[in-house]
Amino acid sequence: MAIITMAHGSGGRATSELIDSIFAKYFNNEILSQMEDSSVVDGSAMLAMTTDSFVVKPLTYPGGNIGRLSVCGTVNDLLMRGSVPKYLTCGFILEEGLDTELLSEICKSMAETAKEANVKIVAGDTKVIEGSGGLIINTAGVGFINPEKDISSKNCKKGDKVIVSGYLGDHHATILSSRMTIDNNVESDNAPLNEMVLSLVNNNIKVHALRDITRGGLATVLKEMAISAKVNIELEDDKIPVNPMIKDFCGILGLDPLYMGNEGKLVAIVAEEDAEKALSIIKNSKYGENAVIAGEIVEDQGEKFGNLTVRTVIGGLRSLEVLQGEGLPRIC
Amino acid sequence: MNIHDLVDFLKNYDGESIRIMEVCGSHTAAITKSGLKSIISPKIQLISGPGCPVCVTPSAYIDRLIELSKTENTCIVTFGDLMRVPGSKSSLNLEKGNGANVKMVYSPMDIIKMAEDNPDINYVFAAVGFETTIPVYTLLLESLISKDIKNVKLLTALKTMPEAIEYLIQAGAKIDGFIAPGHVSVITGKNAFYGLASTYNIPFGITGFNPSELVIGIYGITKMICEKEKLKEKNIVPLKNFYTSVVRDEGNDTALNLMKKYLQPYDAVWRGMGEIKGSGLKIKDEYSFFDAGSEGLSEDIKLNKGCSCDKVLTGKITPHECPLFKKVCTPLTPQGACMVSEEGCCFQTFLSEPQ
Repeated sequence: MAIITMAHGSGGRATSELIDSIFAKYFNNEILSQMEDSSVVDGSAMLAMTTDSFVVKPLTYPGGNIGRLSVCGTVNDLLMRGSVPKYLTCGFILEEGLDTELLSEICKSMAETAKEANVKIVAGDTKVIEGSGGLIINTAGVGFINPEKDISSKNCKKGDKVIVSGYLGDHHATILSSRMTIDNNVESDNAPLNEMVLSLVNNNIKVHALRDITRGGLATVLKEMAISAKVNIELEDDKIPVNPMIKDFCGILGLDPLYMGNEGKLVAIVAEEDAEKALSIIKNSKYGENAVIAGEIVEDQGEKFGNLTVRTVIGGLRSLEVLQGEGLPRIC
Repeated sequence: MNIHDLVDFLKNYDGESIRIMEVCGSHTAAITKSGLKSIISPKIQLISGPGCPVCVTPSAYIDRLIELSKTENTCIVTFGDLMRVPGSKSSLNLEKGNGANVKMVYSPMDIIKMAEDNPDINYVFAAVGFETTIPVYTLLLESLISKDIKNVKLLTALKTMPEAIEYLIQAGAKIDGFIAPGHVSVITGKNAFYGLASTYNIPFGITGFNPSELVIGIYGITKMICEKEKLKEKNIVPLKNFYTSVVRDEGNDTALNLMKKYLQPYDAVWRGMGEIKGSGLKIKDEYSFFDAGSEGLSEDIKLNKGCSCDKVLTGKITPHECPLFKKVCTPLTPQGACMVSEEGCCFQTFLSEPQ
C-alpha cells in the first residue's frame, strides 16, 4: 500500500507524480490541463461565489465520501441563490500516512460528482502536513446568475409555503453510525441538487428563498431565515419528512431530526400560488421524490417576528430555536 | 372518548389548581416537543423533577472522571450528554482540548472490543443512570467476567427512582400527582410505585412518550387527583398503568436479577438534593475489582454560586425563578446540569420559548 509522505508536499518530483497519477488523471479538462499558475475562464455579468472546507471523519461512509461531499456542498450553496454552478477550485490538505488508493478513490468520486453537477474543477492545490492519514478538502465555487431571478430570503411573505425536498437527517445519522460503529442500513444523502433547483428556476416558479439543509438541520436553517426575513414560520409536525429508520435511530439516541444535517436536501419558500407546481417539479427531479409542503409563513409584519413553531399532532405549539451545542446522544 | 375529547378536557379543566410532576427526563423532553403546555389549562401545572441522570450527578463524580481521563494509559468511555456536564471547575468536553482521553459510545458493550484491541489501555466507563440503564452495566460486568477482561472498570453513579420520589414527597414538594417514569417502569414494573401511591395517597400514572400517550396519562392522573378521596374510601390505590404496551405489573425479572447479582443499595448523593437513603446502587464488594473508585464521590460544588438547579430539580422553583436562567446560564454556557442535558428542565424550558 502506497502512502502519502512529506515528500509529496515538497513541490518536487514526488509532488508532480502525485498530481499526474491522481489529480490530473481524474480532474482533467481543457482549462486545468494548461497547468498555469492561474486559470482563465469565461464569465458572466453577475456571479455567485462561495467556499467551504470539509473535515468529515470517516473519509468514506455509506452513500458517499469526503470527495463527493466537497463538490456537493459547494455546488448546493451556489444553487441556493439560483445560480448555475460553473467552476470549482479545490485545495487538498493531506496528512502523512494517507493511503494513495483511498485518495484516488476519493478523487474519482469527486470527478464523477463534478460531472453530474456540470461543473469544471479549474484550479487546485496540495499540501502535506504531519498527521495520521487524514484528509481535509476545501472547495470554492463560482456560479452564473441571471439577475432577473432574485432568490433571497428578504422576499419571503405571508402565505408562502415551506417545501422540504426529502427525508431529514440521513447524512448526520450515517456519519454518527459510522463513528459509533452502529450497524444499520442508513445512507448519506450527499447529492448535487442542480436538476431540482434549475428546474424550479427555468419553470419561472416564484421561489422566494432556498436554503441547503446542512449542519444545524431544518430547524436552525428556518429559524435563521425567520429572523433575517422578519417573518414567522409554522411547520406541521406530521408533515415533517423523516425516514422511519432515522426516526427510530433518533429515538434511541435522543436526537431530533429537525436538528440533524443533510448534504442533499433543500428547503424552498415558494409563493402560495406556485406551491403545488413547485412541489410536483421537485418530486419529479432527481433526489426529490419524498418532498412535501411542511408548513407556511404565517406572519410577515408586526413587532414579533423571527419565530419558528411546530403545530403538533395534538394541536399544541412547540417553539424551535437554533441548534444549541452539538446535539450529543443522551444516556437514556 | 377519543384523544381530542381528552385534550379538550385538559384544555377546559377548571377545578382546583394542581401540580403534576414528571420524574423522567425523557418525559421532560417529550412534553416540550408535544407543545402540551401551550394548550392545557393553566390550572394544571406540569413540573419537572429530578429525572435526568446527568442532572443529578454530583460535581465530585465529574471531577474524578476528568482526573482519570488525564491519567496515563487511561481512557474514559461515556455517553454523549455527560461530556458537557460541569464539575467543580471544568467538563470532559473542555478538558478534551487539554489532553483528556475520552471516547463517546452509544452502548457500554462497545468498550469490550476497545479493551480487547488495546490491552495496554485501562478503560473506565462512566456508568451513570437510573433503572433504565443500570441493567446494561450489569450485562457489561457479566461479559467482562466471562471474557476475563481485566482492563475495564466502571465509575458508577447509579440511582433508583422510588426513593427519590419519596424524598420529594417528604420534603414538602406539594405535588398532587406524578407522571411515573415510563422507561424505568419497564424494568421495575408498575408495582414499584404501589407503596408510594398507597402510603401517601398520591396518584401515579405510568405514561408513554408520544403526544397522545402523554395526553392519556395526564388526563388519567388528573382524573385520579379529582377523585382521590373517593378512591380512598373505596380502598383503591391511585396507581394506573397507561403504558401497557411495554410496562407490566412485575417488571423485567432478567434485568432485576442481574441488578441483584452485581449491585447493592447505598445512600447516594443527588446533585442539589444531598444524600437520600437507599437511593443508589453500587458494585458489590465481591466484584470491587471492577470499580474505578466510585466510593465517596459525594462532594457537590456549584460552578456558579447562583445556580439553583437544586430548587429546580425538586420543583420548588421554575427555571425562570433562577437568577442565572437565560442570563449567564444558556445551553451554550451552562452553569448547572439542568441546562446541559437534552433532558434537563432548564434546557427544555429555554428551547420552548422564543428568545
